Parts: sequence; C-alpha cells; structure tokens
Amino acid sequence: MGASSGPRFSGMQKQVLGLYRGFLRAARSKSPEDRRRIESFVSAEFRRNSKLVDRKNFLYIEYLLRRGKKQLEQLNSPATLGLSSLNLSFSENQKP
Amino acid sequence: MATGLLRRGMSRVPGQAAKLLRSRAHATGAQSSEVNSEVAKTLKTFSIYRWNPDNPSKPELQNYQINLKDCGPMVLDALIKIKNEMDPTLTFRRSCREGICGSCAMNIDGCNGLACLTKIPSGESSTVTPLPHMFVIKDLVVDMTNFYNQYKSIEPWLKRKTPPPTPGKEIPQSKKDRAKLDGMYECILCACCSTSCPSYWWNPESYLGPAALLHANRWISDSRDEYTKERLDAVCDEFKLYRCHTILNCARACPKGLNPGKQIATIKQRHIADAI
Repeated sequence: MGASSGPRFSGMQKQVLGLYRGFLRAARSKSPEDRRRIESFVSAEFRRNSKLVDRKNFLYIEYLLRRGKKQLEQLNSPATLGLSSLNLSFSENQKP
Repeated sequence: MATGLLRRGMSRVPGQAAKLLRSRAHATGAQSSEVNSEVAKTLKTFSIYRWNPDNPSKPELQNYQINLKDCGPMVLDALIKIKNEMDPTLTFRRSCREGICGSCAMNIDGCNGLACLTKIPSGESSTVTPLPHMFVIKDLVVDMTNFYNQYKSIEPWLKRKTPPPTPGKEIPQSKKDRAKLDGMYECILCACCSTSCPSYWWNPESYLGPAALLHANRWISDSRDEYTKERLDAVCDEFKLYRCHTILNCARACPKGLNPGKQIATIKQRHIADAI
C-alpha cells in the first residue's frame, strides 16, 4: 500500500488538485473545440499560479481556491457554453 | 498646521457677523486657543482593514486621518471621503447611503452595523474591519455566497396549493394577519446579525443563521402561504435551527432594530406545539 501510493499531498494540495480535476470534468460537457480551449486556459492558469504564488501563502491560495470554485460553478451550469468570459478575466488579472 | 489655517479661513466666511460679535466680546488670545482646541477635536484616525488579492501579503490596518468638520456625520461619509480624497484603492460596498440596501455592512469598532446608519464614534480613533468570520474578497468586501445560498434554501417566496380565490387577482389578507409579518418583512439581508452570532461563526455551513431563519419564519407566519408544515419540517433540524442558543447578538447587531432571536424562538415554539 505504502510503496504503491504516489506522492503524499497536504489537504490544501488535494483541494487544488480536486479543483483542477473539477475543471477538466466540466470541460468534458462542452463542445470539443471549447473543451480544448478551456483545458488549455485552465492548465495555463494553474501552472502560472503554481510558479507565481509562494507555497506558504495559505491566505492567498485559499482565496484563489474560493475564486476558482465560484468560476467552476459558473462553468458547470449548462447555460455556460465556453470560457471566453473567463478568458477575459484571466487576461485582466495578468496585467498588474 | 496648514489644515488649521484653512479651517479658520473657511469657518470665518459663512457667519461673518456672528464671528465679529464674538471676537468683540472675547479677548483675542482666548479665541485663538478656542480655535486650536476645535482643530484638535475634529481630527480623527480611521484604522481600516486592507487586503488586496492582486498584491497578496498579510492583511493590515491602514490609518487615515480625516477632519470631521468637512465630512458628513456617518461612517460611510468618512469612507467615501477617504476614497475620494486620500486613497482611491480603498474598496467597500455601498449603494443607497440610507440603510435600505444593506450593502455597507461592516464591523465598526467591534460592532457590526451599516456604515451609512452608524454615526462616526466620538474619540480619537476608530477601527473599521470587514464582517467577522467571512471570507474577504478585497478590503471591506466579503464573500456572501454562503449567506445568500442559505437564504435561497428556505425558499423565500409565496407557495400555494390552491389557486387564488379570484382567478388572476391578489390573495387577500386581513390586517391582523398582515400585522404578524411586522418585525420580519423589514429585514434587508445585510448579514450583520448572522456574522455577529458565535454559533454561526462555528457552523456557517450547517446552521442557517439568524437572517435566514427570520425569513423562514416570515414565510411560515404568512397567512397566504400554504406550505407552512413543509417549511417547518425543512427548517426544524438539529443543525439548521437548533444551533441557535439564544445568544441574541443578532438583536443587538441588527441595524433595522429587528429581533431575529425572537423569531427563531417563535419557530421553535411552533415546532414543539406541532409535535405535541
């Protein structure tokens, strides 16, 4: 059991990975083209923050988790087709 | 010093005649000391909670000194003045500035209240922080998602099993039945009560909180609503309702002078009466 299990994650790391998984799952329900776009955006955003954010900055990571959860909720609703609005908010956040 | 001079210059302009009379009556030395003490009295420091997600560091209290003589009487006036004249990055919610929208709920000197209905406290300094035990989005803006979801969960709309007595018309209600809703319909959902409740602090997910329960009772008590029993069954739960331990911080915090604790007690009474 111990030998076969992968790296051990902290609770917060599990939450982040769970959120990422949630986004990939949500992307599955969209059209193939949108799905590809969503996946590339989401993975780029997670990678960017993984480099940018200090791993000890729990307050900020928790904030990002809450924000991500909210965005995932929006993406999960069938009325949401793609990620163009999310795209906009990401590019706005990248500026400063 | 510069502000002191400016103050004197400004206060002279409107009441010229009165000022002249007074200066004739008093010695000049006495008058200048009076003005000085006036200046000292009008300066007030606001320590305001600051946290910006775009520039993530530890949250901190930032001090702003403002002159109360050229500021409105309410805390919201001071905040708007700070935002307009000193620091445009200060972020807070506000809308109606007369206590009807519930946007500007915050913690002022340790008490929850609406900034627009709270007079600037006397004293040298005041602390303004976001609502306690809520997730901060930025500065004084908190995440109300959970609070609104709880309000949504009590189904705050009229539910009927039978059509209205006259098709296409209103459902009439006697004056006496209408009076039962007083003390509940006034709630503006500012979240001052829920966020002042220790029980809600420890169980924000499972306990509905005073605001949502007050609204639950508003619909349970409505004579036109025909789902009273279902509503009671839905809300009478070990956690949803009975986490209220009648601490009554809610009644003390409510800026509209309501008593959510009393309404929660009414639900409990009804629940017990129905069980017997």
